[in-house]
Amino acid sequence: MAIQNKHAEWTPTEVKEEMLKKYPAKVARKRASSILINEALSNTTPEIQANVRTIPGIITMRGCTYAGCKGVIMGPTRDIVNLVHGPIGCSFYAWLTRRNQTDAGEAGENYMTYCFSTDMQDSDVIFGGEKKLKAAIQEAYDLFHPKGIAVFATCPVGLIGDDIHAVAKEMKEKFGDCNVFAFSCEGYKGVSQSAGHHIANNQVFKHLVGQNDEKKPGEYKINLLGEYNIGGDGFEIDRILKLCGISNIATFSGNSTYDQFASAHTADLSCVMCHRSINYVADMLETKYGIPWIKVNFIGAEATAKSLRKIGQYFGDKALIDRIEAVIAAEMPAVKAAIADVLPRTQGKTAMLFVGGSRAHHYMELFGELGMKTVSTGYEFGHRDDYEGREVIPNLKVDADSRNIEEIEVEADPDKYAPRKTAEELKALEDGGFEFKDYKGLIPDMDKGTLVIDDLNQYEAEKLVELIKPDLFCAGIKEKYSIQKLGIPMKQLHSYDYGGPYAGFKGAVNFYKEIDRLVNSKVWGYMKAPWQENPELSATYVWE
Amino acid sequence: MLLRHTPKEINERSALVINPAKTCQPIGAMYAALGVHGCLPHSHGSQGCCAYHRSALTKHYKEPISAATSSFTEGASVFGGQANLLQAIENIFTVYEPEVIAVHTTCLSETIGDDIKQIRDKAEKQGLVPKGKHIIYCNTPSYIGSHVTGFSNMVRGMTELAENTGKKNGKVNVIPGWVEPSDMEEIKRIAALMAVPITLFPDTSGVLNGPLSGEYHMFPEGGVTIKELKEAGDAIGTLALGEWCSADAARTLDTRCKVPCKVLDMPFGLKATDRFVDTLRTIAGTSVPEEITRERGQLVDMISDSHQYYYQKKVALYGDPDQLIAMTEFLVSIDMWPTHLVTGTPGKKFEKRIQELTAHLPYEVNVKAGGDMFLLHQWIKNEPVDLLIGNTYGKYIARDEDVPFLRWGFPILDRMGHQYFPTVGYKGGLRLLEKILGLILDRKDRDDSEIQFELTL
Repeated sequence: MAIQNKHAEWTPTEVKEEMLKKYPAKVARKRASSILINEALSNTTPEIQANVRTIPGIITMRGCTYAGCKGVIMGPTRDIVNLVHGPIGCSFYAWLTRRNQTDAGEAGENYMTYCFSTDMQDSDVIFGGEKKLKAAIQEAYDLFHPKGIAVFATCPVGLIGDDIHAVAKEMKEKFGDCNVFAFSCEGYKGVSQSAGHHIANNQVFKHLVGQNDEKKPGEYKINLLGEYNIGGDGFEIDRILKLCGISNIATFSGNSTYDQFASAHTADLSCVMCHRSINYVADMLETKYGIPWIKVNFIGAEATAKSLRKIGQYFGDKALIDRIEAVIAAEMPAVKAAIADVLPRTQGKTAMLFVGGSRAHHYMELFGELGMKTVSTGYEFGHRDDYEGREVIPNLKVDADSRNIEEIEVEADPDKYAPRKTAEELKALEDGGFEFKDYKGLIPDMDKGTLVIDDLNQYEAEKLVELIKPDLFCAGIKEKYSIQKLGIPMKQLHSYDYGGPYAGFKGAVNFYKEIDRLVNSKVWGYMKAPWQENPELSATYVWE
Repeated sequence: MLLRHTPKEINERSALVINPAKTCQPIGAMYAALGVHGCLPHSHGSQGCCAYHRSALTKHYKEPISAATSSFTEGASVFGGQANLLQAIENIFTVYEPEVIAVHTTCLSETIGDDIKQIRDKAEKQGLVPKGKHIIYCNTPSYIGSHVTGFSNMVRGMTELAENTGKKNGKVNVIPGWVEPSDMEEIKRIAALMAVPITLFPDTSGVLNGPLSGEYHMFPEGGVTIKELKEAGDAIGTLALGEWCSADAARTLDTRCKVPCKVLDMPFGLKATDRFVDTLRTIAGTSVPEEITRERGQLVDMISDSHQYYYQKKVALYGDPDQLIAMTEFLVSIDMWPTHLVTGTPGKKFEKRIQELTAHLPYEVNVKAGGDMFLLHQWIKNEPVDLLIGNTYGKYIARDEDVPFLRWGFPILDRMGHQYFPTVGYKGGLRLLEKILGLILDRKDRDDSEIQFELTL
């Protein structure tokens, strides 16, 4: 099947060949395995190469482990002082640059507007930075008396061998009323941000989760895992959950606090948004505390409704199920009206999504609601299970880069483990088609003959846009302007171009309007000046 | 309050930096390299550095920023990054076909001690560098200096291409320092008006302020060319604008190619622009055209017309040394009172210069090199100001303390215009004044009672 577009027709095989042909042979071979022409296989999902090393010199979208750890996972927690141990840049670049909104109220603790660094100097690199780190932790404690101080290692810290964990432990014991813990998230570890998510989540699980057994008020207690409150997404989800009477104990980690993490083990269900960044935490919460988990998606109005119904079904309480239906019924008319307004202008348009480790999949829902087709997609730091589904997890190869990311062994907590459902209840749910710990990945939702590309780079992106000419391209800030120079609108799906929220019902309406604005903006018709359209003077000017 | 935990009481900190007024070297090297035509900057380290620098520069310029990385893994960090860099060089020249790759290091590759010159030689020996193409490089350890140091180091790296043929070519090298593409364009305009042939390097105009035309060129038309950089060795002299950003390159060129140099302040404001124009005139042996004198007169006219609103207004500033020195002189020249100054870039010379520029004022200025914005905020809490000048991060202080705020410096993440409208030269001075005046009078219009509210100001 050919990929249709307005100006040209290329078969997916030709597109793939075009993308590869300029590469040195070795690079072409490697990239070929990461570029998948989707086939609709009856029993299995086609295999894609993912979570492998970035090729030096090839301009990648990816960032580093530190970015995934400090920037993504720990960034949104407002009442922990995040102290970066290293030269100044790493802390500077992660200072307010992700749009994690937080609501600390008038007087609540909020350190998210601050940037803390040990500002390592050459003498620290030569003689070791532990002394300076200790002093910096002390100064942060004296100034703010926070509940927690998190220490993040940057590249040189690992190389010179500063023992940040020992320093953290020592300071924690010294203070007594401040939890100090550290993350070995040096930028060179792993192959992308994904390793940093893992390192962060492991430490959160070890040092924070399970500390507060106090029973939180409310019914139908859930954790929302992998939702980072970009542009207020988490606020919209919380609004809907509240309307439904569902209590969100802990969001990992949008608009989060120390205490939310500490109380997460008191919830009765974990709902996983971003599969990539956090599915292993869901597993650990189940193993250690007996909390089952399900995959949800609050991106897209239909997906939101479906996720709410799934939560309702899990708790199985008619009052809750009715309330959820009432909320959906109350919210949907505004959504339907917004779709009816924009659909005539968005229907039939095409989009490409290259973002994140789950967003590229989630946002296909919203484009579907707009009548837009996702013609090519892929993740920046996804793993094979994010593409092909969780069935492949047992077969994933553990390579050298994955091996140096700590896997923590978790077992049932002798005191706090409590199964939330009996084996019979679980079986009854599953027999009724309810799926626990299930994620089928992105590929099954892509049409046959579309291109699924992992770790798409600058060169390939340009080729894709040039050949397939989508109506919209979605990626991050680094990709934004090179795509737009080609006259194709580009939507940032990391930062939302400073808009949002796009989650939930209200978010869906925001997104419809935004996409309508982007794909129908007049500016894309201004590329050529009149004298460029008609350069030849065909006659002398006739004065009126 | 956005910065609700910042106390008024100031306690000395020895180890903890809070809200820095600087970032690390490599981003400066990347920005400088973008000012070379056909150049792909390359970050030799983890890929996160490159991603962060590209993001920050993209957000500031709203333009594509292409740069590559050696994408170190743990193995490379242990065994050295030579294999990664060699592979990167081959891939870059094959896929992106730049004229030149500008390699800068990171704290990672510096800590393990990679020798870039040796790796470059090896790449050349292995035939990975196509004929007529170049690799320039500089060392930018992130744990020394600041982004300003990195900029300076890469500009010095460019001078390695300069050749001294023994025959002067009549041109003047101008090293503009870390200013906007619009500023570089303005410097070229001034030189052209004076009919002085200059080689401006780096030159990001035409690179980072490009048009939208439906075409993407990874290497836009702007930037100083390799040919011009080679010929810089035959120039009659070099004007280095800014001691921190530009002096090193100028002095290196002097040592290597016997091109004499003069270090001036960056031409922000009346007096620094006067010195720039006058020096350029003198070394080129030309006269200043009426048009420039007229532009100067317009700036003086506006100072006189609006002086009452500047007089003794207190200003807090943060940013980079060269910019702050010139801005302080400008503020003093219009009778504003620079009160608190912080740069994150180390160097006691900075404090000394600021003290000299403000010595005649009836108060002692707070100034710190190697300081941070947390300290600046505390100073403001203790001694409030009428205007805050600096990069976008100041908006949190401005809102909390309700201070009018001029965005000036790097990075500006929440406003546009700096790409297109210069603040150097007399025209740039007019724009600075227009902005400062607008901020002060908007505040007056907001705060005046209905009785005092005025039509004409």
